[in-house]
Amino acid sequence: MAAPVRRRGTAAVVGALGMTLALAACGVGGSSGSSASGAGGSANNDPACAAYKEYGSFSGKTVNVFTSILAPEDAQHKKSYEEFEKCTGIKIKYEGSSDFEAALKVRTAGGNAPDLAYIPQPGLLGTLVKQGVVKAAPKSVEEKVDKNWTPDWKKYGTVDGKFYAAPLGASVKSLVWYSPSYFKANSLTVPETWADMLKLSDTIAAKGIKPWCAGFQSGAASGWPGTDWIEDVLLRTGGAEVYDKWVSHEIPFNDPQVVAAFDKVGEILKSEKYVNGGYGNVKTINTVRFQDGGLTIPKAQCALHRMASFYAAQWDKSLKIDKDGDIFAFYLPAIDPSSDAKKKPVLGAGEFVAAFSDKPEVQAFQSYLASPEWANAKAKLGGWASANKGLKVENVADPIQKLSVELLQDPNATFRFDGSDMMPAAVGSGTFWTAMVNFINGQSTQQVTGAVEASWPKS
Amino acid sequence: MSPVAPPATRKEVRAAMESGPQLTLAGRVRRNLASSTASFFAMLTAIVWTIPTFGLLVSSIRSENNIKTTGWWNWFGSPEFTLENYREVLTGGDVSLGTYFINSIVITIPAVLFPLAFGAMAAYALSWMEWKGRDWTFILIFALQIVPLQMALVPLLRLFSRGLEIGTTVVIPALELEGAQKFATVWIAHTCFALPLCVFLLHNFMSQLPRELIEAARVDGADHSRIFRSIVLPLVAPALASFGIFQFLWVWNDLLVGLIFVGSVPEVGPITVKLSEMVGTRGQDWQLLTAGAFVGMAVPLGVFLSLQRYFVRGLLAGGLKG
Repeated sequence: MAAPVRRRGTAAVVGALGMTLALAACGVGGSSGSSASGAGGSANNDPACAAYKEYGSFSGKTVNVFTSILAPEDAQHKKSYEEFEKCTGIKIKYEGSSDFEAALKVRTAGGNAPDLAYIPQPGLLGTLVKQGVVKAAPKSVEEKVDKNWTPDWKKYGTVDGKFYAAPLGASVKSLVWYSPSYFKANSLTVPETWADMLKLSDTIAAKGIKPWCAGFQSGAASGWPGTDWIEDVLLRTGGAEVYDKWVSHEIPFNDPQVVAAFDKVGEILKSEKYVNGGYGNVKTINTVRFQDGGLTIPKAQCALHRMASFYAAQWDKSLKIDKDGDIFAFYLPAIDPSSDAKKKPVLGAGEFVAAFSDKPEVQAFQSYLASPEWANAKAKLGGWASANKGLKVENVADPIQKLSVELLQDPNATFRFDGSDMMPAAVGSGTFWTAMVNFINGQSTQQVTGAVEASWPKS
Repeated sequence: MSPVAPPATRKEVRAAMESGPQLTLAGRVRRNLASSTASFFAMLTAIVWTIPTFGLLVSSIRSENNIKTTGWWNWFGSPEFTLENYREVLTGGDVSLGTYFINSIVITIPAVLFPLAFGAMAAYALSWMEWKGRDWTFILIFALQIVPLQMALVPLLRLFSRGLEIGTTVVIPALELEGAQKFATVWIAHTCFALPLCVFLLHNFMSQLPRELIEAARVDGADHSRIFRSIVLPLVAPALASFGIFQFLWVWNDLLVGLIFVGSVPEVGPITVKLSEMVGTRGQDWQLLTAGAFVGMAVPLGVFLSLQRYFVRGLLAGGLKG
């Protein structure tokens, strides 16, 4: 009795194994040929396609793009690729994720990297390059970047002297959102200097509302809007040189100049007279979601909200965002305009196109994304700006992005990239964020800057 | 080794509980817990636990501007009703949510059936077949439960994308999966992650079946596969159903595995991954999550309500005695 039983037992195990294999096989054989786009050669004879000759012709090839850009901006991205897809025959598969950073790291580590990723932090790019998964940018891309971007921008896509990632979009952070209609009704004017801005704040405060509003709450990233405040002010008080040294940790995080910048920010954000318009006292900054930070402006409960150009997406769709509309932004003025180096500092951020594959169709698309033709076509669709010098301001669809592009292209402006995105992750997306939350909660400048300095990774 | 007791009716249970002095400690605790004070506290807990979900439901029928600027309780002061959030969730994107709904179903059903099939066979082999190292194998499988899923993500991804080679021998070839074929990766992943618990649960249930039953079948000439199909499977049906529901809810609600293995591409992305993206690049559309949550909840809620009988019975039967 025992023997046959055992044999059948083995048979059952073999059967289970067989099922596993069948499962794998049915996965492999599932569906095929769904990716062929079949544009073929005939499309290339289309006169509209003449401009795409240089990218070549590929039939039935697909490029996977992984990004953190989601609805509604993703629709414009996809739309801007359509002509390229039609003319070259390359199909672009666009995938966005709200957990972009974490998902990208796991996927690259697992050997399942996308062809391209739009990376918003140079710091993350550096990490991935060190993993050895990022492919260096091809010559065609590097040439275009040399021609269309400033050396500063190229530097952000460069790791250890090797150029990897071309810049894509850009956003300007040195902006203060306000309501032109409210300003007009109360005969207020847009300030030209920092001192004017503080005077304006006093004037508004005298009218019985708190002039500034802010929101630092952003889930696990709570505190990040505060880091932009510090960076913007340090760029104004210390100048670009000090800023660069601070970011690369040549001067300590609690250097007296940085401490001074924190205090300067505290003059506004820690003043019960100035904040938090429409929400309550200073500490509410930490509990207001960053998305809602400025939403009290249209209700005339707050007048000023320092936030990047991408905040445009947060306003109620019925509001007109324009110089003479309901909502607009002005350039956060310089603190020390007499010094040439500090005359017009602009803080910004952007994405970079990193490639995990060097297939020709991937490189063709990379090259297209670095071209002024794409930048102009993309900007026409709205809600987007780039530091591409070939981007013509008249092609930028909305007023706020026009303002951004003007600032990005202003020859007098000194542009610097968001410093927290370039610091080591432990600081830039860790202790610096918590420091801002603690700063608002009442800790002293010495305490918070000292804590960040202590957390800076040694090596 | 006791024979399977017929399910007691409520009256019998009550009579047994009220029959007085010979109650054990556990019995007394049970009786006290069934008192009206306990019921009251249970109700209270249930209500407190449901309030956030209720708030979500109320929020989902408010307008975007109100959701963002005032708390949901303000709805009672100024009631309003709009299906705008639901409309936006269901039809707002360039690919309709229905596509992702179907993807989720395609992911979930095999991811429930595979572990059930393998788990039942393994549990049978571990409880009713005599072979060397059986107990150690069971302990090993049991121990596997403590391996967190997150630790296995990267190795499993590597296995799929690069295969497995020992020296120069290809043990498992790299799977070159495109488009809809990627469903296989989530099925395999969910099956792997579910098996330890599944085997453990079903083993405990199966090993309690009366030995006489199995022996009688064997005397009548039934082989293992016959015993498994005709005797064991029907008897463990409640456990199968309970684990099935459990696994169904887990897979349907899963975000992590879906996000890592397939992402949100329309061919294979599950509804959870899609919903998590609806908030927009900088979370500006978070009001959509209210409606999205209820859309995503509809299916598991239906499954749970229609099968909860098995859920409770199976869990009690399978989990208590080792």
